[in-house]
Amino acid sequence: MNKSLNGKAFKFGDDVDTGQIIPGKYVVLTDPNELASHVFEDVAPEFKGKVEMGDIIIAGKNFGTGSSREHAPKAIKFSGISAVIAKSFARIFYRNAINIGLFAITLPQVDEIKENDQITINLNEGKVINHTQGKEYKFDLPHKVMLDIFAEGGIIPFTKKELNLK
Amino acid sequence: MKLALRLDDNHSSNLQGREARGVFIKSGGIFMGMTVTEKIIANKANLSQVKPGQIVQVPVDFAFFHDNNAPIAIRQFSRLPNASVWDSSKVMFVLDHHSPSTTLRAAQHHQNIRDFAKKHNIKVSEVGRGVSHPVVAEEGYARPGRIILGTDSHTVGLGTFGCLATGIGSTEMAAVLATGSIWLQVPETVKIWLDGKLGPHITPKDVALFLLKNFGPSFLNYAAVEIAGPLVDSLNVEERMAITIMCLEMGVKNAIMPVDEKILNYINGTQKTEKIFQADKDAVYASVVQFDVSSLEPIVATPGLPTNGVEVNQAEGVEINQATLGSCSGAFLHDLEAAAEILKGRKVHPGVRFVVVPNSSKVVEKAARLGIISTLVEAGAIFSSPACGTCGGYEVGVLAPDETCISTTTRNMDGRMGPGGLIYLASARTVAASAVMGKITDPRKLGGGN
Repeated sequence: MNKSLNGKAFKFGDDVDTGQIIPGKYVVLTDPNELASHVFEDVAPEFKGKVEMGDIIIAGKNFGTGSSREHAPKAIKFSGISAVIAKSFARIFYRNAINIGLFAITLPQVDEIKENDQITINLNEGKVINHTQGKEYKFDLPHKVMLDIFAEGGIIPFTKKELNLK
Repeated sequence: MKLALRLDDNHSSNLQGREARGVFIKSGGIFMGMTVTEKIIANKANLSQVKPGQIVQVPVDFAFFHDNNAPIAIRQFSRLPNASVWDSSKVMFVLDHHSPSTTLRAAQHHQNIRDFAKKHNIKVSEVGRGVSHPVVAEEGYARPGRIILGTDSHTVGLGTFGCLATGIGSTEMAAVLATGSIWLQVPETVKIWLDGKLGPHITPKDVALFLLKNFGPSFLNYAAVEIAGPLVDSLNVEERMAITIMCLEMGVKNAIMPVDEKILNYINGTQKTEKIFQADKDAVYASVVQFDVSSLEPIVATPGLPTNGVEVNQAEGVEINQATLGSCSGAFLHDLEAAAEILKGRKVHPGVRFVVVPNSSKVVEKAARLGIISTLVEAGAIFSSPACGTCGGYEVGVLAPDETCISTTTRNMDGRMGPGGLIYLASARTVAASAVMGKITDPRKLGGGN
């Protein structure tokens, strides 16, 4: 996959749960842009105003813990975020992210990255580049199954191809 | 009560996306023992053996959607041109999060779900019937050896029936609806052996909160957890579910318990008709942990995470505005029964709203027949119809900022019942005792019962 993702870093801590990403009262919404307008509303209300296309969330352990609501990765993706780099992810959030085309990787060194650092994720070489600090990190690419789904743009286009639906 | 062995956190998180380190399977066709979860996956994948980290494609035996996630799934399914539902007899919609419809939007979602279900000949568990997990259990869809998927994280609780049950998101479920299969990474298994007998006023919910407190929010990420032992054997089916449902809050992929006569009676099955797997004697576990619950104290999880458990004496005295029995894991018949024992002849404190949201219509029927509802109502309880209720702040029992609630529900993250509201998680007994006293109270101080 020849692709790179670029943006500035937004830092979050450990155990950020799906209810903090998108509060339960908004889970009746289905329009992704409407969801994005409420992303992190209770815990980081300034986020919405600052985020730009391509930006990258840098988080601690267990990002996306809590409910299975896909509204959470969707709200993040449609706010403009291109990828989440975390020490670890909650299982369903991780699957959901890849399935809707939000890139997600684990990296043990996330603490070294500071808010607003300029980051590039090079998917081809499996590298995270911190331009602000002049550092580079290797990361393990997700399993082929997940990369294939991500490369198609998510599980729906992937399935469409698999089932040869027209 | 100590952990026998700890996995390091990175180990489990590294499972994601690649082969696990420390795989113990020998190559060259030598058969190594498998855990129950591995056997279920191997059987479904038509393989003689699977190992942790391996990715396999498996057919799905049953899939359910709830009303929060179904609208997105239906929308995504429509992006698959000319797709048909793989097997409508294996699918169900459950209207439980906004039940009966709480807003115009929810009502419209319900209407769309009903229309879609009718068109594709899919069952709907209607508003008022109950929360998906108890309903799927009561209807007998969770059976040993099956692969069960739900668009709800707490689906793991159905592993009580010896099946592999796990939650996925709406878009992936839309794909499953078309294909009837899913890729799974074989998880490592952690075995938890529960010994001993529960003391007076100590409940399965206390056991669950105790396990959460010990393992933390991500220690078991991606792992299968196999829970067994004399304590599990002594519990009824729904008491077991109260524990397995909460396992999700430790990050598990699935939780599984052994199949015994109680399970078979519950699902009207027999040893012969069901596909029952037992772990091999030489099955490889990432960790085996043993606890004796005999000296367990009532546990209260303080606001922030369900894994923030402390013994009740460390939370006692905190004043509360609301006390609730609710959710898939905290509003079974045994929860209402336990609360009624505490509340019989007593009154809810005038400063407290005591909200009861049973988790299924069968719980309501049984509680009515046993006089439990009149005991609770006479004490001052407010009853709401079976649903996810107060647990997710779904328009029932929402808190004002700075209000405090003690609850049998599943989660207490910041803002879960409304921004600024504080949630303590506890057993039905601790919740009922606190409702009477107006502050967090050790149920043993009120005596009676058990």
